[in-house]
Amino acid sequence: MSLLEVNNLKVEFETADGIVNAVNNVNFSIDEGKILAIVGESGSGKSQTVFAMTGLLDHNGSATGSVKFEGEEILNLSNQKLNQIRAEKIAMIFQDPMTSLNPYVRVSEQMTEVLVHHQGISKSDALKQSISMLDAVRIPDASNRVRMYPHEFSGGMRQRVMIAMSLLCRPKLLIADEPTTALDVTVQAQIMQLLSDLQKEFGMSIILITHDLGVVAGNSDDMLVMYGGEIMEIGKTENIYSASTHPYTQGLMTAVPRLDDSEERLITIPGNPPNMMKAPVGCPFSPRCKFSIDTCSKVSPVLINVSKNNHLRACHVATEEIL
Amino acid sequence: MINYIIKRIGIAIPTLLILIAVSFYLMHAAPGGPFTSERPLPPQVLANIEAKYGLDQPIWRQMINYLWGVITQFDFGPSYKYHDRTVNEIIGHGFPITLKYGFWSFIVAVGVGIPLGAIAAIRKNTWIDYLAVGISIGAQVLPNFVMAPLLIIVFTLWLDWLPGGGWNGGAWQYLIMPIIALSTSYMASIARITRSSMLEVLNTNYIRTAKSKGLPTKVIFFRHVLKPSLLPVISYLGPAFVGLITGSVIIDIYFSTGGMGYFFVNAAFNRDYSVMMGITIVVGSLTILFSLIADLLYAWIDPKIRY
Amino acid sequence: MIVANKNKIKDMADNLSESGAGRSLWKDARIRFMQNKAATISLFILLAIVSFSFIGPYFAVWSYEQIDWNAMGSAARVGMPSIESGHFFGTDDLGRDLYSRVIQGTQISLMVGVLGASVAVIVGTLYGATSGYLGGKTDQIMMRIVDILMSIPYMFVLILLLVVFGRSIGMLFIGIGLLSWLDMSRIVRGQTLNLKNMEFIEAAKVTGVSDFKIITRHIVPNLLGIVAVYATLLVPGIILAESFISFLGLGVQEPSTSWGALIKEGAGTISYETEWQLLFPLAFFVVSLFCFYFIGDGLRDALDPKDR
Repeated sequence: MSLLEVNNLKVEFETADGIVNAVNNVNFSIDEGKILAIVGESGSGKSQTVFAMTGLLDHNGSATGSVKFEGEEILNLSNQKLNQIRAEKIAMIFQDPMTSLNPYVRVSEQMTEVLVHHQGISKSDALKQSISMLDAVRIPDASNRVRMYPHEFSGGMRQRVMIAMSLLCRPKLLIADEPTTALDVTVQAQIMQLLSDLQKEFGMSIILITHDLGVVAGNSDDMLVMYGGEIMEIGKTENIYSASTHPYTQGLMTAVPRLDDSEERLITIPGNPPNMMKAPVGCPFSPRCKFSIDTCSKVSPVLINVSKNNHLRACHVATEEIL
Repeated sequence: MINYIIKRIGIAIPTLLILIAVSFYLMHAAPGGPFTSERPLPPQVLANIEAKYGLDQPIWRQMINYLWGVITQFDFGPSYKYHDRTVNEIIGHGFPITLKYGFWSFIVAVGVGIPLGAIAAIRKNTWIDYLAVGISIGAQVLPNFVMAPLLIIVFTLWLDWLPGGGWNGGAWQYLIMPIIALSTSYMASIARITRSSMLEVLNTNYIRTAKSKGLPTKVIFFRHVLKPSLLPVISYLGPAFVGLITGSVIIDIYFSTGGMGYFFVNAAFNRDYSVMMGITIVVGSLTILFSLIADLLYAWIDPKIRY
Repeated sequence: MIVANKNKIKDMADNLSESGAGRSLWKDARIRFMQNKAATISLFILLAIVSFSFIGPYFAVWSYEQIDWNAMGSAARVGMPSIESGHFFGTDDLGRDLYSRVIQGTQISLMVGVLGASVAVIVGTLYGATSGYLGGKTDQIMMRIVDILMSIPYMFVLILLLVVFGRSIGMLFIGIGLLSWLDMSRIVRGQTLNLKNMEFIEAAKVTGVSDFKIITRHIVPNLLGIVAVYATLLVPGIILAESFISFLGLGVQEPSTSWGALIKEGAGTISYETEWQLLFPLAFFVVSLFCFYFIGDGLRDALDPKDR
């Protein structure tokens, strides 16, 4: 049994201009102790997918489908029931460590409240555990710095605080929503290293959301490529890297600048991300796809096995033509 | 923090001095002295009177004398019009009255405004929100000088429940209408500010983080939402206090409560400069002191202010 | 030829503005403002009140100074609103026609509001933009001055000013305007700080454009949105201040009048059962203020991208 199973997840937002289909028919699962990367451009629905899972959608959003955690349905649970899962079983860290910690509350209090609330231990015990967790994420002088306010930490240190805070209850699943996007490149590498170390140490699963393929390569077991709220390709990271079978994934790969590349121009995918206001007809990527055929704009492609290793793709064009 | 307090007091004192200097200068720039009347006094008599009040000295000397009197003996000098009363007596009579209904108006404005705004923000787009927004918009166009006559029409003339004016030692029947008239529009503003700042806070990333930590709504509200939402309210408290004090002028006229506002307007019509000045200084010191307190409160809540 | 060209250009413009993402900020804002029913209705009501204050006098039977000796002293019996007597809104205790006086009061109150707001907007925008743009020590000192002025009970100072320099409309709106630019300057400064770090300002700086030119050519135009919003919210504030002063009897002088002065008269005679004396000016006052607030709110929602 997988740790988490998502079936037919749909997310819609009601806005003044109409209904936005942010996520369409998304299916995936993640096993214990694995890292799954969800990749896509901004607006591809990757963040909304995980927000829907944990009940953190904005008020105008609604989700349908099924999300099973350890075999139990958690989609659209009451807030009270979700609160027993959040932090305890599924924890989250967010993109911008500058704004994700409350600037008006001491780090000590933001950390201890998690333990006091979920495990009912005393504040002093909670403080001890918080300090040792800050040590674990390699924050120097943790016992003093725990009393500081977030603005007294640097960006990378704040993301470490976020990570420490999310791990306090030893969750089974950590959802990391673009954890390194707002950080300097050197700090990015440190944070990714830290995450993968901690993942092994705690034996948890991670869903890593990113638009940076460089982050995905060494740091994930499986990957899932999203575009326009739909899954384009899903499979083992190494398989997709060695032979991506979807035009969009290929586009993403060639758009990654390489140092060893002699070509001077940056390669981009032409066109803009789709307008999510329109009901999805056909493949969302077809207007930008160079392999596009007539069927693409009319019929939605379904996810079909490419090989035996659970490598699936949603594309009408034959694999051979693309490779 | 202590540094900040010292710095902040370092601003308050010059502010007060500037206020005194400006009003002192204005008073003396006035065409016609305080003793100019329709029937001109013989020059000798006028000179004698001016010497008695020290008006024959250069203006900076007068100001220093005046300041010295205020600081060392809390003496604002004699009234120019009521020759038997000093400014101190007039302020001593009016100040406690203004203070009493002013204090309660402030409590009502804050004590009703903040919860009203908070409820509206939490229950956004429900009937409670619309009601609160409606009340606060309605109250904003009903300033004290409109509220006062309306209250008198309803509660005195039509219903005959409350006395239409007077003070009577501050008995509660005499307090209710002044407090409502004075506090309503500030209550409304505070509710509006609370609502919009709380909506903003509820949309921040750190509240999403707090939710993702599985904390109960109550904990999120009191620990994470409330403090930052109140910051704009606190910065509004200074101006609101100024407004309350200013509005007391209307209250004193309308409800004949006999506070400082009454004497101030009287003095304005009589060109009784020393009374006007004394009251301006007392009121100014109060508001400056109050904005000092509000700023310190702000600094205490916002950890980023640590000069 | 010219016509054809014009049409062509217009077509091109339409095409441009309709082609996808590129709806301009102002057009976008107008659409969003029109969607806000309260704001749109308020705008129409306010326009109606303004045009009434200009057209109304042509229908008046009595001028605002003329005294109806019949009604004088017996307003409660004779001076009630009626079409026959020509006193559409009734008369006051001196037998003066309230219809004409309300129209005059409306003109004066709106004028003081708009002129006072203009003074405040000009002073506040320039001050705030300068302070925010220059930054550093200058900014600190300039904002400190604003802080200092903020904690002064300015109504008392204004009354002092009016007593010392004599009462006149000019003095009144200069005084109110000069004393209400403080909020404006703070808001503008905050916005300028944001703008300052944008690329096009840096580009201007790098190419050697002078500070003054950057402020007037680049910063101020980009502040227009926020200034427009707060100017609309400032007008009712200034009308309130003027009414306050007039209510005390220190504002406009007879025979001129304003909403505040009319409300004062009406409120003072309430026990004589001439409630129309209070209700007509009060209705104009309250409805206009409502409209200004709704329009201001609507503008803010339409122009402030933060709420989107």
